[in-house]
Amino acid sequence: MSAATGYSFAYLDEQTKRMIRRAILKAIAVPGYQVPFASREMPMPYGWGTGGVQVTASIIGPDDVLKVIDQGSDDTTNAVSIRKFFARTAGVATTTKTREATVIQTRHRIPEAKLGEHQILVYQVPIPEPLRFLEPRETETRRLHALADYGLMHVKLYEDIARHGHIATTYAYPAEVAGRYVMDPSPIPKFDNPKMDMCEALQLFGAGREKRIYAVPPCTRVRSLDFEDHPFTVQSFREPCALCAATGVYLDEVVLDDRGGRMFVCSDTDFCEERRADGHRGHLLGEAPAAIAGEAGDA
Amino acid sequence: MRETNRVRAMPDAPLLSAESLTKFYGPRLGCADVSFDLHEGEVLAVVGESGSGKSTLLSLLSTELAPSRGAVRYRMRDGSVRDLNALTEAERRFLLRTDWGFVRQDAREGLRMGVSAGANVGERLMAVGDRHYGRIRATALDWLGRVEIEAARIDDTPQSFSGGMRQRLQIARNLVTRPRLVFMDEPTSGLDVSVQARLLDLIRGLVAELGLAVVIVTHDLAVARLLSHRIMVMRQGRVIETGLTDQVLDDPREAYTQLLVSSVLAA
Amino acid sequence: MTTASPLLTLETVSRTFTLHLRGGLRLPVVSGVSFSVLPGECVVLGGPSGAGKSSILKMVYGNYRCDGGRILLRDGAETVDVARAEPRRILRLRRDVMGYVSQFLRVIPRVPALDIVTEAARETGVAAEEARRRAERLLALLNVPERLWSLPPATFSGGEQQRVNIARGLAAERPVLLLDEPTASLDARNRAVVVDLVAEKKAQGVAVLGIFHDEDVRDAVADRIVDVTRFAGARAA
Repeated sequence: MSAATGYSFAYLDEQTKRMIRRAILKAIAVPGYQVPFASREMPMPYGWGTGGVQVTASIIGPDDVLKVIDQGSDDTTNAVSIRKFFARTAGVATTTKTREATVIQTRHRIPEAKLGEHQILVYQVPIPEPLRFLEPRETETRRLHALADYGLMHVKLYEDIARHGHIATTYAYPAEVAGRYVMDPSPIPKFDNPKMDMCEALQLFGAGREKRIYAVPPCTRVRSLDFEDHPFTVQSFREPCALCAATGVYLDEVVLDDRGGRMFVCSDTDFCEERRADGHRGHLLGEAPAAIAGEAGDA
Repeated sequence: MRETNRVRAMPDAPLLSAESLTKFYGPRLGCADVSFDLHEGEVLAVVGESGSGKSTLLSLLSTELAPSRGAVRYRMRDGSVRDLNALTEAERRFLLRTDWGFVRQDAREGLRMGVSAGANVGERLMAVGDRHYGRIRATALDWLGRVEIEAARIDDTPQSFSGGMRQRLQIARNLVTRPRLVFMDEPTSGLDVSVQARLLDLIRGLVAELGLAVVIVTHDLAVARLLSHRIMVMRQGRVIETGLTDQVLDDPREAYTQLLVSSVLAA
Repeated sequence: MTTASPLLTLETVSRTFTLHLRGGLRLPVVSGVSFSVLPGECVVLGGPSGAGKSSILKMVYGNYRCDGGRILLRDGAETVDVARAEPRRILRLRRDVMGYVSQFLRVIPRVPALDIVTEAARETGVAAEEARRRAERLLALLNVPERLWSLPPATFSGGEQQRVNIARGLAAERPVLLLDEPTASLDARNRAVVVDLVAEKKAQGVAVLGIFHDEDVRDAVADRIVDVTRFAGARAA
């Protein structure tokens, strides 16, 4: 019991957490395989990260330091409310600094900073099934996974090239884990796919509505699917971050006014702030609205 | 445990053997005691009215259904003869998408309606590990040409295709891996007569050119006459007459076959 | 030639038709049919229509079933009983050993006449070039106008179709040739061509078994006439 609230530690009862941990252990043992689990009702709607929250609740301990990001940002409603949720129900320390966190729950991004073996990255997953787009039947997709029958995955990529001249899938880009299962890495930009490969941190994926957990153990091969003559590539950006001048990172486009004014800034707010604190300065740093350039607000 | 018969097949050994195939749906009979051999390059037509058991038989042969009794043996590409019901699911699927084809009456069941014609043809190649887009596309284009679908339609989905085009696309999708055995379930029914004729010409040409063995289920005796070497007449789940196609059609022996043949307007 | 062994031998062949749609009416057509055909010989079946001539020919070709007796056909060193052979064996015999020409053209629609005849020649392994030459010669001999060669015969006149059919039947090189009134309703000029072509086949050692209503043709090609009425179906059957 958390003394402050009367809730179980991290909200979920111990039986549930044990059940989820068993699913997590199984997921780690079979990298990329979607393990069914008895997803619980959480005090938030589906689509707000109920899968990720249940995974986090099951692995977090009193000594952990939690960071929550949504689209790379620590200060969106979703990120803030989940952080507050665990601060209240588990009494854990929270942070916006990637390097300080031991558990990072994320929606749609992987932090730019390299993750280490002491860290766990928990993804919120809306649709865990990479084959769903082409095969609506769950019985059939499970069979396809069981038989490593992934021709269909390439049908989707083929369609992309046929329609757009290149693989136009830019997020939720399918990847093969440990040479066996193909997984949907959740709607992260494909820019982040290479970060999953041989990552030192444990990566856990929780889908609350679909009741699935899967995992990429530390230092596991994660290979993005592609064709020999259309190899996997990540997005590149023409200009550096307007605030911190970083290159080789994922940038968000920010519309500044209704006259076509816009800027490109780091999607990872913590990364951007840290660089600015180190003295890196982008060409629009002085001019950007405070809401964009300012400190990530946290209550 | 799977059974492997490592004895090399004789050169003249059948490709497929049905042995006393029997299927009950609960107490109801699907088909009973069907036995026959099919050799490479042979086209066998199974004719009969609906409910005669011909579709059940096709499902048993193609391993979509497990028989209540009897067996289907198949000579694999490596020469070993296997009991199809003893295959692992992975082996069965591999067989289905490499050495076999299945052309369905309803093209919507045999095609992926949501993806392009090119991807429909290329899927089998990708499923067996081809990872070169250019090569897959070139092969798809070649096959579209062979089934008389304009190259310009390669990126269209079959949603926009006519019934005849869908069937031709289905054929290309099935033949792209050069199967040795193709099952066809009423491939021409539901099409306009002129479209049927063109499709039959095409099937006939490809079957001869590729030396395919075919089991075709049809209620249309004209289709059977045009495509098949041999006929099996089924009624109430049993094979009542079998023989050379022209023999059965020109000199039907059983009362039911005589009725079937006499019901058809002279072609 | 006379000392050669027969290519085709029928031994006590019998056939009764059962018409189930007519209350199981049994029609004994022939019984005890026995004769043989030597290489280079032309045997013509004689007798009025309905005597079973055509049925005998069709049984030899495997098109009709045979109730009793044997139909022995020589395939190289092997002798096959058509009455009992597997369907695929019969198909092989048709490909390699026996050809059948009727007065009716039954072909795959939409295939040009020249291709039909060329393909027929190729079935017995004649090379593409040679097959085409042979097809062109036969169509020309049988007076099929050259402008029609590239068209499917479906639109041809009855006589033209029939001549395409004969060309197709004679294009292949098979040791046994079955002719089912191929000259019926042909004009005198074309009948004469057929007579020459049959003589050509005989000279090549082909065993010919035929039905010819036209007496001139029959007399011109026949080495022997087998009267089918003596095999009239045993009414006791």
